[in-house]
Amino acid sequence: MTRVVVDVMLKPEILDPQGKAVLGALPRLGFEGVRAVRQGKRFELELDGEPDDARLAEVASVAEMLLSNPVIETYTVRVERG
Amino acid sequence: MRLGVVTFPGSLDDGDARRAAERAGAESVVLWHGDHDLRGVDAVILPGGFSYGDYLRCGAIARFAPVMTEVVTAAGQGLPVLGICNGFQILCESHLLPGALVRNDHRKFVCRGQRLVIEDASTPWTTRYDAGQEITVPLKNGEGGYVADAATLDRLEGEGRVVVRYVGANPNGSMRRIAGVRNKRGNVVGLMPHPEHAVDELCGAGTDGLGFFTSVVTALVDS
Repeated sequence: MTRVVVDVMLKPEILDPQGKAVLGALPRLGFEGVRAVRQGKRFELELDGEPDDARLAEVASVAEMLLSNPVIETYTVRVERG
Repeated sequence: MRLGVVTFPGSLDDGDARRAAERAGAESVVLWHGDHDLRGVDAVILPGGFSYGDYLRCGAIARFAPVMTEVVTAAGQGLPVLGICNGFQILCESHLLPGALVRNDHRKFVCRGQRLVIEDASTPWTTRYDAGQEITVPLKNGEGGYVADAATLDRLEGEGRVVVRYVGANPNGSMRRIAGVRNKRGNVVGLMPHPEHAVDELCGAGTDGLGFFTSVVTALVDS
């Protein structure tokens, strides 16, 4: 089994109200010096066996089609080693 | 005249959409998300609500519902399709309409009577209005901010494809105060506000929304 991680982030030009809410809460904890917070999504796909390039390309295609919306988001795919 | 309303798990406004269709003189037809079947309807409404719990992104899972395969095919053949609120989000996720809907910039759920201007009265869903006419219908959403890249927005404006625009203060951070758009052909329209909630004087915000439904009935009779 291999874990493949897909990270999805809003594009920089898209406003992230959730990130702004987190940013606003940090000083209330006494945590200062944070300029910006962006909130994203992390997907962990548990795949059978060791994925080859073709399999990772399939994951990228799923990330493009379902896990992210390319109009507003970008994604990265990486294999997580034990 | 048969107007189909799709029910997804989590749809809330399918009942009001069917009632609006009937108030406009159409027969309403229940369509189920899991069926590969539009039951021969003359037009389709994707109603508001929280399809599939809004998991992942609003409309993202609904896009892959079996009925959506049929809706996308029929829309390509010219079938009138109206997406309201969550239905608009589904149309964007399905790439039947450009752009996307994101969380309101002020982070609060908005629920109020909203003033709108009808900018394109040529679609099958808006012919009973005049271009420039202002109407008030309910607006209720948490993720209603319309976004698209500048080139897409310029193209929409240039081609006259902004169907409705918010009047007054921007209620949700939508770019260029866009409340609803159409596809190039004009048969597919999506908007965040809820015309189906404004078809009866007894229940709130007047009857300004009824025109969307009488428009499509007229368009279908004429064709």
